[in-house]
Amino acid sequence: MNGVAPRLALSGVTKRFPGVVANRDVAFEVQPGEIHALLGENGAGKSTLVKIIYGVLAADEGEVLWDGAPVRIANPKAARRLGIGMVFQHFSLFDALTVLENIALGMDEAMGRAELSARVDEILETYHLPLDPMREVHTLSVGERQRIEIVRSLIRTPKLLIMDEPTSVLTPQEVERLFEILRQLASEGCSILYISHKLHEIQALCERATILRGGEVVAECDPKIETAKSMAELMIGADLKEVERRAGNEAGEARMTVRGLSLPGEPPFGVDLDEVSLTVRAGEILGIAGVAGNGQNELLAALSGESLAAKAAMIRIDGTDAGRLGPGARRRLGLAAVPEERNGHGAVPEFSLADNAVLTARHRLGLVAAGFVKFAEARAYTERVIRDFSVRTTGPGASAGSLSGGNLQKFIMGREILQAPSVLVVSQPTWGVDAGAAAQIHQALVDLAAGGAAIVVISQDLDELLSLADNLAVINEGRLSAIRPVAETSIEEIGLLMGGVHGEVVEAQGDAR
Amino acid sequence: MRARLEARREPSRAMRLATPPLAVLLTMVAGAVVFQIMGFDGPAAIHQIFIVPVIDPSHWPDLGVKAAPLIIIAVGLAIGFRANVWNIGAEGQYVFGALAATGVALATWEMEGVWILPAMCLAGLAGGMLYAAVPAFLKTRVGVNEILTSLMLTYVAIQLLYYLMRGPWKDPEGFNFPQSRLFTDWQTLPMVMEDSYIHLGVPISVLIALAVWIVMGRTIVGFEVRLAGLAPAAARHGGFNAKRTVWLCLLAGGGLAGLAGTFEAAGPYGQMVPQFPVGYGFTAIIVAFLGRLHALGIILAGLVLAVSYVGGELAQTAAGLPHAATGMFQAMMLFFLLAVDILVRYRLRFGRPAAAEGSA
Repeated sequence: MNGVAPRLALSGVTKRFPGVVANRDVAFEVQPGEIHALLGENGAGKSTLVKIIYGVLAADEGEVLWDGAPVRIANPKAARRLGIGMVFQHFSLFDALTVLENIALGMDEAMGRAELSARVDEILETYHLPLDPMREVHTLSVGERQRIEIVRSLIRTPKLLIMDEPTSVLTPQEVERLFEILRQLASEGCSILYISHKLHEIQALCERATILRGGEVVAECDPKIETAKSMAELMIGADLKEVERRAGNEAGEARMTVRGLSLPGEPPFGVDLDEVSLTVRAGEILGIAGVAGNGQNELLAALSGESLAAKAAMIRIDGTDAGRLGPGARRRLGLAAVPEERNGHGAVPEFSLADNAVLTARHRLGLVAAGFVKFAEARAYTERVIRDFSVRTTGPGASAGSLSGGNLQKFIMGREILQAPSVLVVSQPTWGVDAGAAAQIHQALVDLAAGGAAIVVISQDLDELLSLADNLAVINEGRLSAIRPVAETSIEEIGLLMGGVHGEVVEAQGDAR
Repeated sequence: MRARLEARREPSRAMRLATPPLAVLLTMVAGAVVFQIMGFDGPAAIHQIFIVPVIDPSHWPDLGVKAAPLIIIAVGLAIGFRANVWNIGAEGQYVFGALAATGVALATWEMEGVWILPAMCLAGLAGGMLYAAVPAFLKTRVGVNEILTSLMLTYVAIQLLYYLMRGPWKDPEGFNFPQSRLFTDWQTLPMVMEDSYIHLGVPISVLIALAVWIVMGRTIVGFEVRLAGLAPAAARHGGFNAKRTVWLCLLAGGGLAGLAGTFEAAGPYGQMVPQFPVGYGFTAIIVAFLGRLHALGIILAGLVLAVSYVGGELAQTAAGLPHAATGMFQAMMLFFLLAVDILVRYRLRFGRPAAAEGSA
């Protein structure tokens, strides 16, 4: 490829926001037909950089070269005109419209229906994309919805396709299919800028990787040569600590039992829980895998008490029927819960950390007496959480919104764990959390289980579950698969379950046992 | 040079305190200009409305009497507004509460005893709560928007008042005027000072505001209300029942409005008349926001709006301003407050941007 100008070259790109430099002097190149990874933790500046390339933001300083010529990309439309396509992490689709209508709506210039339809069919054919243009979007899986976005950006035959964290919503099989499409595109000369923090994906797909940390390029490497560990260390700038597992834990008696829990989801987009049954024992970490939007939030709400079960006996906590009890009563029984969304669900950004401690710790710690909140005790407890979980903040009076995602998650986890719960249900414990904080949170979960608590971890991150959980189940369309020991489970099987192949695999396993 | 707005990283505390006085100031300036254009002496009108009631001590008792109902209703409404429960019908709850108290007064007309006045207050409180319970029930049971129901019920309460005044509760010795009997001494609020018309409701309004301040800041109920407004999902996660919060907010707002109505009936009016609703329930919405939904701020804001009432009347005689001027000034105050509130989240900058802020 020598002698050919790079498809995209950045030099000296700097972007400042009030109080923070998002990108400092960033430079890298993407060659024609190259699959280039942009690797970094949350907050490393990947998104800002991509928004600059796609014309959503303007750089304060620096130069962008396109096919060797300097360009100013004023807006996304200009970017698309140059031949830059982007598939965002969050889709912008209308649920009530068909695939084709959604594609037509995203066009910069009008195209006849027949012509568009023919073009879409051609793309679907060329890249072997299974997608029915006439289906309405709300009937499609997340993987299928992503294909709409891909088709959208392929209509104009892009020369550079930006993929922002595309696999977080996909099953392993869907990921593999996506990679085939990307490889085919690259072989046709389209460059791909692949943004991720998942190291094994980058190793499987990318030829080169630019690693960002704190807004700066810290390394450029060949992911096929580097190990996942070495790249992770470049990414976080420190040695990665392995989670210390306790050896040979014997699971104790059942602490929480769920039997035949069915719960209609909240309209219009809620998922119905369908006959969910599970048991977690003292000392056990039960992992629940699944693609986003398959009932994880509903399951957490049903376990935490935010939604009530139809019958009290459907959920038992340490021998007490708890299905009809609300969150406060369940906390008094020893159940703590951490929802997926930190801002506005697990914590209130506008409230101080001490007030956020009152939010969920008041039942077990008696932070309310005669209607009055004991603010001094809440502060003292908050200080303990901050100290024990090394939360970086100015103190208990700091607003939760002023903490970074990782620090807020450490605070929330600490707030629940220091209440010494007998059952902890946590969803996405390390979502959007930097690797250092993630390791700390994992260690805290392992230690809590070692102390005799029963833990349910709901996560979309398979690596997390495989390293953390003793047993594993998969949730798909509100149904929970049979629970199986992690040691006897392969990624392929989990992937099939995540994709909704319920029948044979699970039942065959059930018979075998 | 061109002015532009730049987002602040955190809402400015200083601006949160500075914008209400700024809004009042802008109201005065804009009011002077408008009335000048209309052919009045603008600055003199402003002087009459905003300055004279403040500097002339003879008007001070009047300020207290006008501010008391505004403060009581506004602190009640502010509880709900904090939780995003939009009770717009305080005027109706004010009337209904006063009617309930009047009912007790008419039933005890020939009786004596210190218990009568407290009984009227309880009836007023309960009446306001009962009237606010209708929107609460409709919202929690069938999801009807409380803004519509509470507002519409206001007109029902006023029609009920007209009916009672012209029919069942008409004073039998009142020469057929549509008004109730005069309340007896046992049924009217005592004066705080001899020879003044500051009734007991005035100091009580301040005590109520202080009590609400403590409840909102120190108790779990205040915590629940603040939480429900900021993050409903977190409130549910923390074990608070959203429907309970709605009930609590509407009952608090309605009850206090009803109590304010009782104080007015048993205070300045001393009877019930068809002219009883003068819009305190609506003006209290302005008071609540001008006071930043904070009990102490509401005491100040109540006084500011009382100034506009008292001054508005003065300006009618002194500067010949129309009666509608008072309402216009009050509306302008809310308008300017909402307008300048952008400064809480944004900073006004002049000149060219330091760094190019590209946007799609």
